[in-house]
Amino acid sequence: MFSTPSFAGDTQSIGPELKINRANGDKCVEPTDVMRKDHMEFLLHQRDETMYDGIRTKKYSLNECIECHANKDEKGKYIPVTAEGEFCQSCHTYASVKLDCFECHATKPRQVSFHPIVNEKMQSFADVHMRKSSTLLNDIANARKADNGHAQ
Amino acid sequence: MSDKQEQQIDQSRRGFISKSTAAAAISVIAPGITLHQVAQAKPVDEAVTSKVRWGMLIDTNKCADGCTACTTACQTENGWGSGSTDEQNSSPEQQAQWIRKVTLKNKSTGSTHSLPMMCQHCEEPPCVDVCPTGASFKRVDGIVLVDKHICIGCRYCMMACPYKARSFIHEALSDQAPHSPRGKGTVESCTMCVHKVDRGDGTTACAEACAKEGHRAIIFGDLKDPDSEISKTLKSNSTTQIRADLNLNTGVRYRGI
Repeated sequence: MFSTPSFAGDTQSIGPELKINRANGDKCVEPTDVMRKDHMEFLLHQRDETMYDGIRTKKYSLNECIECHANKDEKGKYIPVTAEGEFCQSCHTYASVKLDCFECHATKPRQVSFHPIVNEKMQSFADVHMRKSSTLLNDIANARKADNGHAQ
Repeated sequence: MSDKQEQQIDQSRRGFISKSTAAAAISVIAPGITLHQVAQAKPVDEAVTSKVRWGMLIDTNKCADGCTACTTACQTENGWGSGSTDEQNSSPEQQAQWIRKVTLKNKSTGSTHSLPMMCQHCEEPPCVDVCPTGASFKRVDGIVLVDKHICIGCRYCMMACPYKARSFIHEALSDQAPHSPRGKGTVESCTMCVHKVDRGDGTTACAEACAKEGHRAIIFGDLKDPDSEISKTLKSNSTTQIRADLNLNTGVRYRGI
């Protein structure tokens, strides 16, 4: 696959400014220029493997994209990724490409509620401990990465 | 971080999770009920095989009249009916029903049976036979599903199904469960909680809820494993396939009707 020279190293200046939640780490599953060009290929490939063979690896899973890329409003509620200005929608509006995935797929992670009366403490506990990607593991991974960086 | 390190972290995490699952293998899930068996989880990156065939056995003698724990659990788990805020503009006949409680009455004796009806996950599914696009399909482990990416919403499968197990979505949806995509213009039905099966939960939402209620009327398991609870119960008891005359070899069997 060839890469467009203007894409490499110049990704920040193209397209709309994206709201990216860095809490889950600041690296996507592939470099930014690859994701920009090929995310739909990854998703298409993964979708058939999951559907027919039950292969549910997380790397190119749409649910995992949403876990990371859905932002929360001031009240802590998730905003759909298809809302104006949100991660998926802003780029698709810019590129004028229809976004079909979310006619069927969920546009935000499901928020865990223990009971109709869930207080903030419980919700914050759920946010930290019941999320699929653990903050702790990401912290360890980032710390190791930093260590490696110093060693080299 | 190098790939190798990433792998190491993942492995240790997986190890921890499997150990904690093993510890929970024998656990009391409700007073008087002990869960002994935990199905072997397949690695997430491995394809399902035809060495297993998932099925369910429903004991109608244990199914309580008026109890809707299974249907409610299915709705919550898969985000339809009461488990979702969608389908407000559809009439009750149009709204999705993946599983429903049915009461049978023998007119001559007056005896009644209550039972849940859902997709019977046939070995020879008529819905798959008639589907013009190949959207209706059977996974190699026996679970019958709709690939909504290629479903055109013709509803031929709904006509072909002898169990009236499938529903068509008439309006745009926005409140789906992440693991259970569903949308306007496509047909859907019971997935035998395929996401739970792939995760290695070894049960379905309905079976889990039924056990929690203390009825244990639904047994989920591998029909091809002679040592599974479902196979043993099928071997030692008289059970029925609904519309057995159609020779569909259903994956959902009933006892007591």
